Amino acid sequence: MQMIRCPWCGPREEVEFHYGGQAHVPYPAEPAALSDEEWAHYVFFRDNTRGVFAERWAHSAGCRRWFNALRDTVSYRFLAVYRPGDARPALDQAGASS
Amino acid sequence: MTAPFRTASGGRVERSAPVSFTFGGTAYEGLRGDTLASALLAHGVHQVTTSIKLGRPRGVGAAWAEDPSSLVQVEEPFPDPMQLATTTEVFDGLVAHGVPGQGRLADIGDSARYDSRHLHVDLLVVGAGPTGLQAALTAARSGARVALVDEQSEAGGSLLGTADLVDGRPALEWVGDAAAELAAAPEVVHLQRTTVFGVYDDGFALAVERRTDHLGGAAPREVSRQRVWRVRARRTVVATGAHERPVVFTDNDRPGTMLAGSARTFLHRYGVLAGSRAVVLTTNDSAYRAAVELSDAGVEVAAVVDTRAQAPAHWAAECAGRGIEVRTGSAVVGTRGTERVTHARVAARGAGGVLASAPEDVACDLLLVSGGWNPAVHLYSQARGKLAFDTSLGAFLPTGRLDDLLVAGAAAGAQELATCLRQGGAAAATALVELGLDVVPVPVPSTPPAPPATAPDLVWTVPDVDGDTSRQFVDLQRDATVADVQRALGAGLRSPEHVKRYTTIGTAHDQGKTSGVVTSGIIAELLGGGPDDVGTTTFRPPYTPVAFATLAGRDRGQLFDPVRTTALHDWHVQAGAVWEDVGQWKRPRYYPLAGEDLETAVLRECAAARTSVGILDGSTLGKIDVQGPDAGELLDRLYTNLMSSLAVGKVRYGVMCGADGMVLDDGTVLRVAEDRFLVMTTTGGAAKVLDWMEEWHQTEWPELRVHLASVTEQWSAFPVVGPRSRDVIGAVFGGADGGAVDVSNEAFGFMTWQDTELDGVPVRLARISFSGELAWEVHVSSWHAVAVWERLVEAGRPYGITPYGTETMHVLRAEKGYPIIGQDTDGTVTPQDLGMAWVVSKKKPDFVGKRSFARADNLREDRKHLVGLLPVDRATVLPEGSQVVELAEGGELPPPPVPMLGHVTSSYRSAHLERPFALALVEGGRARAGQLVHVPVKGRLVAVEVTGPVLVDPEGARRDG
Repeated sequence: MQMIRCPWCGPREEVEFHYGGQAHVPYPAEPAALSDEEWAHYVFFRDNTRGVFAERWAHSAGCRRWFNALRDTVSYRFLAVYRPGDARPALDQAGASS
Repeated sequence: MTAPFRTASGGRVERSAPVSFTFGGTAYEGLRGDTLASALLAHGVHQVTTSIKLGRPRGVGAAWAEDPSSLVQVEEPFPDPMQLATTTEVFDGLVAHGVPGQGRLADIGDSARYDSRHLHVDLLVVGAGPTGLQAALTAARSGARVALVDEQSEAGGSLLGTADLVDGRPALEWVGDAAAELAAAPEVVHLQRTTVFGVYDDGFALAVERRTDHLGGAAPREVSRQRVWRVRARRTVVATGAHERPVVFTDNDRPGTMLAGSARTFLHRYGVLAGSRAVVLTTNDSAYRAAVELSDAGVEVAAVVDTRAQAPAHWAAECAGRGIEVRTGSAVVGTRGTERVTHARVAARGAGGVLASAPEDVACDLLLVSGGWNPAVHLYSQARGKLAFDTSLGAFLPTGRLDDLLVAGAAAGAQELATCLRQGGAAAATALVELGLDVVPVPVPSTPPAPPATAPDLVWTVPDVDGDTSRQFVDLQRDATVADVQRALGAGLRSPEHVKRYTTIGTAHDQGKTSGVVTSGIIAELLGGGPDDVGTTTFRPPYTPVAFATLAGRDRGQLFDPVRTTALHDWHVQAGAVWEDVGQWKRPRYYPLAGEDLETAVLRECAAARTSVGILDGSTLGKIDVQGPDAGELLDRLYTNLMSSLAVGKVRYGVMCGADGMVLDDGTVLRVAEDRFLVMTTTGGAAKVLDWMEEWHQTEWPELRVHLASVTEQWSAFPVVGPRSRDVIGAVFGGADGGAVDVSNEAFGFMTWQDTELDGVPVRLARISFSGELAWEVHVSSWHAVAVWERLVEAGRPYGITPYGTETMHVLRAEKGYPIIGQDTDGTVTPQDLGMAWVVSKKKPDFVGKRSFARADNLREDRKHLVGLLPVDRATVLPEGSQVVELAEGGELPPPPVPMLGHVTSSYRSAHLERPFALALVEGGRARAGQLVHVPVKGRLVAVEVTGPVLVDPEGARRDG
């Protein structure tokens, strides 16, 4: 069981967290202006990345706060965590957040 | 009964503590400290069972968990299947027998207790052999928090089965001192009889401690039988030693055939001679020790058969001094005997391992085998460490270390005791430095110089005299042979993962501890190439089998899942409620009077609510306190209708949808103040809706100034329902001390709420109806719920106030066509599908789900709509989930596959309508009103009329009483 570092609480066990899918998929500013296809892409389509993936997590059995994480979908390792609204952090070559 | 193969002295068994046990119907005596295997061997009993497919006799093949064959069923003190004779400690009253591959689970509940504990340490040391002890001592003296975990009954590891010296004295004295020092160290947890069976991410390890198994029936009831330790370690040192591996030859499964090192263990640890006349087959130096030590203990060693052309000089001399014949360049090609080996068939090997002479039958009752050693790399490999084949050692070794896990000692390929001790201390020191701790080094104790090592031979199989491979056993437990591997390769399989699954090699209780690497070697041999080209199968937890009861721990029965009860639970119990589990909640389903069943009780409860007054415990409804200047704005964005326009004192029904436009939850919303709303959710949706609101607030609209808190358990809620509810509410609150409540329609309109007090207790009344009847919801702090409920029941007595449960609630709401989200909907249903377009705001520019309502698929006329169904026979209660079908011309079912129009979502008998009715989702349902469709029920087609979903009081005349 992995330890996940909640940006508010610090490292906690994986079972305290809830996965929330791909991060940085903002609610469209004007849904009514979108075509059915564009809207469907917002509602139904998500990336299926091999490697570093920005995704949302909620510390559901802890502080109940949402945050974003960069995770390697091959190794499952968390490379960085950051708060909603923060920019996606840059990773150095070793994969750690800089 | 005497034990003829017990030595006169020595070993770790307690000679003054005899224990009586029964195996296979025969009574035996063993000694405390024996395993079932050692106690049986002391009596000369080798055969434990027969094999699973072929019924061949099978015996004790090793001294611990790597044994592939000695499976037993424990019957007393409690049935326990699939245990190994080699790991089962004997105790008074043990009753067991061998099993051919399959055990028997108890047919009664296991009354033993199992539990779990958490442990957080700097350093986890797995294995309390020389390597692990030196590592643990180093960490302990350095002040680290340490867990030392070992699966045997006492510390020592390989030293328990040898006659080694450490610091010039018997090794176990050093072990004893080390254990005593660790016991006195304040930050050390030292666990024996505890197997680390899995290593996972971020230093997480699971271990199972067998706390009372060795005590049998004398185990104290208050102590858990087994315990799972959940260890989180900053660093882990794997010091798990090595497993000896066999050589495969014809009839290598005959009882009396055993790994050479295991015979040493039986001798030194248990004081047991594994036989009286031995032949030793070896490919390496290590088995010579077994030959020499067994000879010194009184076993006649007929021959050491070494596959190598030259015997190691040191050991050749030791053998010569004892009159032990050494046959080099030879191998055992087969055995003779039935239930026990009587002869080893020895032949010379020519170039490439082919047999170069006719076999000679050498009489023996013990055949010791050593094909080399496999480091126990399981935990390292589980943690995704990579392995590589080391040709000089003839073994798969770790290729290095992992971020938080190091391997040391024999598990890392060390051959000599001195190397193990040095590596153990060094691995711990490395880990401690990384953790920023000051290392207090522990001097490496001295050990006698080891004889010069000579290179091992790499022999996986010895050819059969006639080329027959069908009795050359690779996995004894699975009765899988070299012939099976050949067949797998012949079928085109190449990877050991595929060969494993084709042959079942390595899938038994031992997970291939002795057969896995041998299989890789055989595959390599047959395909050409080296074991490195083939690799191993993946090592996965658990290292040894763990009982489900142990993993379940205390989470059984009542403790399996939390049970939530309302403040009125005891009242419901007194009233004889029949329960319904709604999520974790216990809710009264109905309150049967004497002689009533569900149907009659519910008809009575429904009639009371429609004709007089009923009362329901609705406390499980989710309640969310939404506060802040932007509370209304948040609700506007999440509900399909407008909430910010709701006046203080008013109530509004609302529906929430996902971004896909599908209904998520529904409920009423009370505006408590300008900046405060009380959101009511369904019972099952309470947590989900709060999470949903938090998600949008935190991730999309953090700028909204609003806070959300669950108050589900703080507030109890009782709907008081029916034409006489006004009388009851008026009687209780009409003269309330907090200001008499005027319960007239004019003063207290539908969908409004008022606060009052009862004897100083704040109470909120809300005119909300989930039944279509005149009704009030009474909200009160859960501390005072019972008192207020009892006041209401007392005041309702003149009107026959009737407590009703969830079943009646469902019937009453269904008669009104009010859907239950999750029962009448399934995540594919829009508000429009439910006939609730009126709840979808046209004014709001946007809200979650709005855009989806305009998607082409959601505008189809033939979407499934919520409709009412009335069985024409006025008698059939349609089973919920039944399909709705349309008959073809001529009144027949269309040919299969019969098109399904939809399904019945709710179905009840209605007291008010005096007939059964149902709600259903039906394709194009609203356009079918008045039509007949059919529902297959137990082989017959029931004709039903499609109606609107509101069957009782469609005009809404009853809600104001």
